[in-house]
Amino acid sequence: MLSCKEVGELVSQGIDRKLSLREKIGLKMHLFICKTCSCYDKQLQFIARSARRLMQSNKTGQGIPPLSQMVGARINSTIKQQLDDEQQKRPE
Amino acid sequence: MTSTEGRAATISDPTTWVAQHGDALFRYALMKMRDPSQAEDMVQETFLAALKARHNFSGQSSEKTWLIGILKHKIIDHFRKHKREQSSDDIETLSEQLDQQFSPRGHWEITLTHWQDPDQAHENEAFWKVFSACIAHLPDRLADLFILREIKGLSSEEICKLLDISTTNNMWVMLSRARMRLRNCLDSRWFNHDNREVR
Repeated sequence: MLSCKEVGELVSQGIDRKLSLREKIGLKMHLFICKTCSCYDKQLQFIARSARRLMQSNKTGQGIPPLSQMVGARINSTIKQQLDDEQQKRPE
Repeated sequence: MTSTEGRAATISDPTTWVAQHGDALFRYALMKMRDPSQAEDMVQETFLAALKARHNFSGQSSEKTWLIGILKHKIIDHFRKHKREQSSDDIETLSEQLDQQFSPRGHWEITLTHWQDPDQAHENEAFWKVFSACIAHLPDRLADLFILREIKGLSSEEICKLLDISTTNNMWVMLSRARMRLRNCLDSRWFNHDNREVR
């Protein structure tokens, strides 16, 4: 039987990698009978969902905003400018 | 136009960089700098440095990993110059603290309170502030790891290389520490906090 500490580790690793069948069964059995670990499992799944939204959401007010289009365009034109300058410096 | 000769062949047209990598770089920078205009400057500096160095790109890592590596160094330099203290990198102390949440036999020593309908928090702007602050309070490498993991197109191997993590197994253990710490932080600062207004 897995300890709660081991289950906590597996719950997290289940977010990052595919667990083996043996690990999955051990985890499921433990979560079925252990209220605290099943609560921990739900909380970590929520944290994983939140992390994804934080870095990938395009909705305003949710997570980190993407690079603004205006700034993106400004940076892009600076890049183009640099490329043009490079071209002109070349002898050919 | 990218030349097809030599090692530079794997790098894409610099005029497509912003569209391809701009968001990922900006989000990473913003998490670290916490100031949008400073983060924008860092992204621009990164692209310009990359432009100069693009002929040295070896193609050993992906283009995105290479750019994030440049950005990471730029941010470290910036903090050094401005003498801003970065959060500590003491993962071992944190691990010891977290281990104390379990008895020697591996049972929970703390009580966990159920979070009521947690996803509702996603609609609340204040929640994202608390969540970001909790991430910022992690030891530096754990925070980096937690953020980089969510950037699409970065493989585990590349994240390990960027952060000097020896094995993916170590990376999983570190992520588990980070999440446990974040759980504690959200628990006290959001879910069991009476006053949820955050200024």
